[in-house]
Amino acid sequence: MAEPTTFNPVIIGFLCNWCSYRAADLAGTARTHYAPTMRPIRVMCTARVEPEFVLKALRSGADGVLIAGCHPGECHYVEGNIKALRRFLLLKRMLTQFGIEPQRVQLVWAAASEGHHLAAAVDRMTEELRALGPLHWQQTVLRAKADIPLIKLEVGG
Amino acid sequence: MSNDQDQIPPISPPHASPDEERVGVYVCHCGSNIARTIAVEDVAVWAEQQEHVVVARDYKFMCSSLGQELIEQDIQAKGLSRVVVAACSPHMHERTFRGACQRAGLNPYLFEMANIRELTSWATDDREAATSKAKAQVKGAIERAVLQEPLEPLFVDINPNTLVVGGGIAGLTAALELADSGYHVYLVDRDSSIGGQMAKLDKTFPTLDCAACILTPKMVDAANHPNITLMTWSEVVAVDGFVGNFSVQVRHKPRYIIEDLCTGCGTCIEKCPSRVLDQHFEVGLGYHKAIDRNFPQAVPKYPVIDTTHCIYFQRGKCRACQVVCPTNAIDFTQKETFEQLEVGNIILATGYEQFDARRVPQYGYGRLANVFTSMEFERMVNAAGPTSGQVVLRDGVSAPQSVGIIHCVGSRDKNYNEYCSRACCMAALKFAHLVHERVPDAEVYNFYIDIRAAGKHYEEFYHRVLEEGTHFIRGRVAEVTDAARGPGEEGKLIIQAEDTLIGKQRRIPVDMVVLMVGMEARHDSRNVASTFGLGCDFEGWFTERHAKLDPVVTMTEGILIAGACQGPKAIPESVAQGSAAAARVAGLIGRRTIKLEPVRASIEAAACSGCRICNNVCPYHAIVFHEAIKISEVITALCQGCGACVAACPSAAITGAHFTREQVLSQIDGLLWDMQPGVLVLA
Amino acid sequence: MQYGYYPGCSLERNAGAYHDSTMAVAGVLGLQFTEVDDWNCCGATEFFSVHQMQAYALTGRNLALAADQFAPKAALPVIPVEAAETPQLVAPCSACYLNLSKVDRYLASSPELAAKVNTALDAGGLHYDPGSLRVRHLLDVVVNDAGYDAIAARVQRALTGLRVAPYYGCLVVRPGFQGQFDDPEYPTTLDKLMRVLGAKVVDFPLKAHCCGGHMTQISEDVALELLRRLLKNAAEYQADVIVTLCPMCQLNLDVFQSAVNRRFGTNFNLPVLFFTQLMGLAFGLAPERLGIGKEFVASRPALAKIGTSGEVEQERAVGKRAKRRNDQSLPMPYMPEEEER
Repeated sequence: MAEPTTFNPVIIGFLCNWCSYRAADLAGTARTHYAPTMRPIRVMCTARVEPEFVLKALRSGADGVLIAGCHPGECHYVEGNIKALRRFLLLKRMLTQFGIEPQRVQLVWAAASEGHHLAAAVDRMTEELRALGPLHWQQTVLRAKADIPLIKLEVGG
Repeated sequence: MSNDQDQIPPISPPHASPDEERVGVYVCHCGSNIARTIAVEDVAVWAEQQEHVVVARDYKFMCSSLGQELIEQDIQAKGLSRVVVAACSPHMHERTFRGACQRAGLNPYLFEMANIRELTSWATDDREAATSKAKAQVKGAIERAVLQEPLEPLFVDINPNTLVVGGGIAGLTAALELADSGYHVYLVDRDSSIGGQMAKLDKTFPTLDCAACILTPKMVDAANHPNITLMTWSEVVAVDGFVGNFSVQVRHKPRYIIEDLCTGCGTCIEKCPSRVLDQHFEVGLGYHKAIDRNFPQAVPKYPVIDTTHCIYFQRGKCRACQVVCPTNAIDFTQKETFEQLEVGNIILATGYEQFDARRVPQYGYGRLANVFTSMEFERMVNAAGPTSGQVVLRDGVSAPQSVGIIHCVGSRDKNYNEYCSRACCMAALKFAHLVHERVPDAEVYNFYIDIRAAGKHYEEFYHRVLEEGTHFIRGRVAEVTDAARGPGEEGKLIIQAEDTLIGKQRRIPVDMVVLMVGMEARHDSRNVASTFGLGCDFEGWFTERHAKLDPVVTMTEGILIAGACQGPKAIPESVAQGSAAAARVAGLIGRRTIKLEPVRASIEAAACSGCRICNNVCPYHAIVFHEAIKISEVITALCQGCGACVAACPSAAITGAHFTREQVLSQIDGLLWDMQPGVLVLA
Repeated sequence: MQYGYYPGCSLERNAGAYHDSTMAVAGVLGLQFTEVDDWNCCGATEFFSVHQMQAYALTGRNLALAADQFAPKAALPVIPVEAAETPQLVAPCSACYLNLSKVDRYLASSPELAAKVNTALDAGGLHYDPGSLRVRHLLDVVVNDAGYDAIAARVQRALTGLRVAPYYGCLVVRPGFQGQFDDPEYPTTLDKLMRVLGAKVVDFPLKAHCCGGHMTQISEDVALELLRRLLKNAAEYQADVIVTLCPMCQLNLDVFQSAVNRRFGTNFNLPVLFFTQLMGLAFGLAPERLGIGKEFVASRPALAKIGTSGEVEQERAVGKRAKRRNDQSLPMPYMPEEEER
């Protein structure tokens, strides 16, 4: 049996300016290769990430959302990452009720020195999303409301 | 400050609707760094077809002067209103391209960068995937850029006075530097004397200078300096305001001495009948009186009454000090007082604490009489200390014939602190030298993991100690015990350790053990950090803005740190940081005003419901609630721009400049341009 | 509180006093111990070196039996059981405790090993999922679940005047195992328990050193030397009694004490009791119920000191009391736990 084409998920990554964005910079500088699935958004702090951003990303076609911030106790804004954690836990509970698998939205801590750690997180998440398959939230869940015609995507060759 | 309030910044300057924006996109090859993995020409051609984009180019090195000129010319010739550069990390060149925009007359905040080098071309070899990711990044940047708003930096005036907290060597240095530059300094110390930990030391490595000889002149200078207001026995209890305009409340604890009358003659100390263990300055090895000062050269010279041990305070009788005082300076009725200071900058130099050796019970501290901590030993060898500089056992008489010095107690140990305390190796070498000097026949054993003698003349000092005949045993000590196994061990302390250089367990019987205890953040450093609104790391050390490039500045503008409050440090580094912090403050004061990044939050009064959720979310207390009109307001100069309140506001009344909700949502749409239903991507 | 109880072989034979006193004390403290049905030997200290796989399977069988017997029976199968607490298995013997928790941990960290062990268990119709039990030592349960306060409240006859050397042995505080409840280098829970009972705890630097284990049967020279060090150390600190929490340690120190005296020409006369026996005495239980009198070195003379005021507090003259005029000695460091009693 021929191997089916590998599904390449798309992840929206919210990276905090001080730790995780720098971790991602470091991963690049160190030429640490990881899955090119994460499309980054720089925010000053993970505390800026509104739950709405995550919902928006999933609705607009992302298969997963990664939020990456400083380790607890190392937040450049004292404890913004803890606020992000609190919101994240609540959001996750809500997403579970929506039927969205918990692996699709992840929060990781990556210090500016932990490029490999962030890269590994992206790789891990990519694998987990591959196992889950595409989300297609817009089409499958929100279809009733949306008047968008369903067109199959042909990604890749 | 009052001026700022008058000038209400324009909420949103009139600008074209997003549809009318004219975007220029510039894709950088970065030599081959980007071009090797990403089809940059392809990205540029594709970008030019996107909505809003009037020009898209690829270029070998966008950051070069030619690359920048390209942008400047396009802004002027093609009337660009937004610029997107797809190149390296914004941490690398955001400032460069903002400068280019500004030179061409475009507000620098109308520029957006897509990081396709660090985050994309360097992170994969998959050219197809990298190109597609780069396109998404560019599309996200375009979508975000069209919603950007021009921002103007904020300017605030700077109060030239500075508060220095902590009168140890770091704080003292900072205070003197600033005072010598002609600026006024308030030097606050919670102890009764300035001098800090260094005042307890005898000799300093590697030069073996007497600590007091180099420290006390500085202490006296600080006390006499016309630009320094010394506030000992005082603590900062509250900090309000923002860079340039801090308002600080200081609590003066009662000394029970009228400072104006006291001559520091010391008669009261001599006549006081209450002699108690001094757990503070003498670290439990010596005694002090219930009215006393830390040490004879204390600055200021006024003593303090220790009310828990003063017979008058405990039983209402005695008053010996009051009777003998020739100037009637004793006042038992003194109460604490509070003082308000206005300063422009604050330097924290609050220092460290010693690791508590009792937490490593297998080393016997507190159980076995002749186990000492490094600070106890330091007091012992100090000529002004409890034994007048004699190295003796706990009986106070006999000199040890053998001394075991154990390194890394509480440091480099995952059970306690994983970090290296940095100064103790050299202090241990110094102790070895001092034992040889004071007890010439004694054998000295150093039990170490690694000798960290990185510093000017440190390695040379290590060799000197080696040549003096000190034994070095490489291995962590398992235990110190008095359980003798044979006649040679009877009556001794036995140090059991693996000698990792010969691969054998060794038991070394000694008379005295010195534990080189590590440095820890002060037990209340987290409270101090929250008072001053700065961050602490996991271990409680204050967090600097950048570990390498900005070590004395914190994330809170106007609050600086120096010395061991930021991490373990010896004297030279503490002094360097004290000077550095002072120089930073002096530089800031010299500018008279400070320019602040305009990435700040603001509250739209009409939309604010007055729920106050944001008030508690802000780590900088930058949001005030106007009780009368039930509306919250962001003090712009205090805001650091983290955006926590923006995300927390339930009525979306708070806008985070440069990271507005619309901008982020639109960037998400751009990043996912190829994922929308109905979009067909042909590969 | 409900616990599975794994007595181990020793408590059925030489350490019967430990079993009796454990049951008596558990009754007073309201700890309910239910014995694992059809348990077998844990493999003791040496079987792991003789045949590792069999040893894992041997201990695995006990874990499987206990997990099955004490598994929470969910009333409503719909509700996930994650909310229910992991059943707990208590072992009074240090070797049993260490083996049980070690095997549980190894199986959890190595799925291959778990698969092998479960293949073996399968022959007997058993299966064990690592982590489905929480293995704990009796001392841990007594001091942390019952708690010092509850214990203090039940003391009827404080052990005042009795100088106790607390001996932990080398197994119970091994580092790196789940359920580690005390400092591996210098444990203090038993010290604190004895203080709560009113005893005077003497410093005992060798408290976590090895008693020799089964070396008495293999190399008597080694074992007797190890025992001599322990006895000498306890005697030097003027202990009246050594208190222990492991049947092997108790056996070695008690039964081989005369052999040590013969070999080294010493004159040690130190009774060795289980901590549960001293707890029972302090709770006012009859010595017979606690198995007191079964030991080789008679404890009655030492226990007769209970209730005497004891001339013990003099030793800490330095630092605590005001110094004498000619005394040049330096003060000792302040030790907060000494102040507790």
